[in-house]
Amino acid sequence: MNVAVTEPKYRNKIHPKKFALWAGIASILMMFTALMSAYVVRQAQGNWLEFRIPDIFLYSTGVILLSSLTLHLSYRAFMNGKARAYRTNLILTFVLGIAFVVTQYQGWLHLQSIGIELTGNPSGSFLYVLSGLHAAHVLGGIGALTVALVHAFKLTYKVTAIRKLRLELTMLYWHFVDILWIYLIVFLILQQ
Amino acid sequence: MASVTTYDEDLLIKEQGYDDHFHEHHHGDKYQSGFITHYIFSMDHKIIAKQFLITGMFWALIGAAMSIIFRLQLGFPEESMTWLKPILGKWIVVNDAGIGTLAPEFYYALVTMHGTIIVFFVLTAGLSGTFSNLLIPLQIGARDMASPMLNMFSYWFFFLAGLVMFLSLFLSTGPFSGGWTAYPPLSALPQASSGSGAGMTMWIVSMVFFVVSVLLGGINYITTVLNLRTKGMTMWRMPLTIWAFFVTAILGLLSFPVLVSGLLLLTLDRSLGTSFYLSEIFVNGQALDFVGGSPILYQHLFWFLGHPEVYIIILPAMGLVSEVLSVHARKPIFGYKAMVYSILAIGFLSFIVWAHHMFMSGVNPFISNFFVIFTLIIAVPSAVKVFNWITTLYGGNIRFTSAMLFAIGFVSMFISGGLTGIFLGNSAIDIQMHDTYFVVAHFHIVMGIAAFFGMFAGIYNWFPKMYGRFMNETLGRIHFWGTMIGAYAIFWPMHYLGMAGVPRRYYKFDSFDTFSHFADMNKFITIAAIIVFALQVLFVINFFYSIWYGKKMTTKNPWGATTLEWTTPINAGHGNWEGNIPTVHRWAYDYGKDGNEFIPQYVPLGENEEESH
Repeated sequence: MNVAVTEPKYRNKIHPKKFALWAGIASILMMFTALMSAYVVRQAQGNWLEFRIPDIFLYSTGVILLSSLTLHLSYRAFMNGKARAYRTNLILTFVLGIAFVVTQYQGWLHLQSIGIELTGNPSGSFLYVLSGLHAAHVLGGIGALTVALVHAFKLTYKVTAIRKLRLELTMLYWHFVDILWIYLIVFLILQQ
Repeated sequence: MASVTTYDEDLLIKEQGYDDHFHEHHHGDKYQSGFITHYIFSMDHKIIAKQFLITGMFWALIGAAMSIIFRLQLGFPEESMTWLKPILGKWIVVNDAGIGTLAPEFYYALVTMHGTIIVFFVLTAGLSGTFSNLLIPLQIGARDMASPMLNMFSYWFFFLAGLVMFLSLFLSTGPFSGGWTAYPPLSALPQASSGSGAGMTMWIVSMVFFVVSVLLGGINYITTVLNLRTKGMTMWRMPLTIWAFFVTAILGLLSFPVLVSGLLLLTLDRSLGTSFYLSEIFVNGQALDFVGGSPILYQHLFWFLGHPEVYIIILPAMGLVSEVLSVHARKPIFGYKAMVYSILAIGFLSFIVWAHHMFMSGVNPFISNFFVIFTLIIAVPSAVKVFNWITTLYGGNIRFTSAMLFAIGFVSMFISGGLTGIFLGNSAIDIQMHDTYFVVAHFHIVMGIAAFFGMFAGIYNWFPKMYGRFMNETLGRIHFWGTMIGAYAIFWPMHYLGMAGVPRRYYKFDSFDTFSHFADMNKFITIAAIIVFALQVLFVINFFYSIWYGKKMTTKNPWGATTLEWTTPINAGHGNWEGNIPTVHRWAYDYGKDGNEFIPQYVPLGENEEESH
């Protein structure tokens, strides 16, 4: 029999693993959306303690923004054959990531010092839960960065498809936790 | 009219197929070498599907056996249960006269565990886990899932969730007993009931593992469907099974994380003393410290998962049934595109109806109106699907195999259970019906029995693909007719109980006379339940007997189906196809076209042939 058909081209616009990460990001986003909706609903019911979000959370916002920038520079350097800049920026990102978690911890200590405890009025509890759950996701990102660091220093520098993909996945996730924090802090400031 | 198409399957796939060089890489089969990597920590989607199925069957038997025990209590409250003492131990309290009674707290634990196990472990993992794993790669023409490793983890997280839940059954304080929805304060205060302490902690741990399993699986299913379809397999050529699994996975991915959020806040309330869900509570006359929480908040978070969850259960069954009806009626599915759009519509609507579970919890009645309207709108895509199933059957050359019988049974159950949903979706009628046996009857028929029927249809139909043998048809038909009649015998009377206002979850009804005239009806229901349970044991025997001794499959495509899974070898190894992957040229429902009995998807269109839609 004759075959006269035009077939749609077989194509993969996006790597399956990258797509899978996007899907994972969607589910993490749903988890935070649920908590933020709960925040709004609970706030509307009254009996809601109002307090100012400590400035220290703004500093940490700067830290994580900076870490996204250095990671991006590291990726650019990796792609352009600058092994040194790739490694340096990766270390910087890692350090900034740790610094972010430490800053968040300082923020929680500050909250304690002004009398906002985890167990008091839900307005404080929600702040701890949102920032704590976010910090847990940042720790996951730091884990990924650690793996990236091991790759960067243990393996001889070489741009291969698989290493490019690994770095892109790490970067995608890290940018996500960065943007997620900005989303959270803007939400918290606007909602208080 | 074009002449009857003739084709040589092997030649077509060899010449037209897509060569992905799979078999040139030795890693293709490497991780199937030993017993452990093949049968236990397997990364082959076909083995993982069987693992999900058999684990699901194990849980189904436990969940069903629990229902038999609490049905005995409801049907025969005066009878001695001493004979159960060897199994249930201290939960059967024997008095001086030797009369054993079921401990009330364990009755509640049984009801709770029955719900949790059947909803999550059997009808979510056992149904969508099994068939998404088996059919997605086979029907879209992929060697395996996008990430076989995550797929393996998905099963083992499910196993771990099951293990924790199973161990919780043996706690000296008993498993959690506050209902499968785990509403606070019963779930939030460890001192609230005997199961609220360690039992509830293990329930939460188990559920978190379970959510991880669902997410890993779901991410894989979505990625595989979108990225690994074979050449020519456009979205509009996918079988309805794949559409159903795809939308199911999206629902799971978006709704289960919300449950995790809800459980996170619950855990903080339980162990760190926050007040998200708790407010001004007295236990044993003592005021607790909690101030300012809202138990309704938990209900919102729970049902934001909980409602999509019922569609996570029913959509895969719908997909399986659509495929089985079409194959065994030898007709194209009626209204393929309408079927896809209604799956999408159901998926979308499932996210904006959750508060219809909460009409009586004190939510604003004006907000209830919103949820009433969207709930009733779900009837529209559901009715479209029912209409299309019936019109697919109409004038078909129907083969009444066990798979087909269960698929038709599914349609019957879905109609009966769906109609009562229209009653319950009205917030005014719900004032009378809420928390009565009417609700129990409704959801057991529409998402319990119906989903089981879809699962049975799938098992009977794809058993040859899984094990290279057929299940026994005679036993299958006995299984069908007994279950069909028995299931109606169990749940039909419950509608009358519910309309009379008999509340669900009660341990017994002898403290007041209002419902005493239902005693015989309760006996009848219990006897029917025991018979239906026995038939499921028969099914399990048939299943395991057939794995080793069933009639052997001699041809690759015993049902004469068009889809790609039947082009793989009878006992397909890792990678599914020995040579090239078949290329797809048409949709999955070319039955009875131009004088052909059926035309498989890999056959190119004839010269004057038009593609069907």
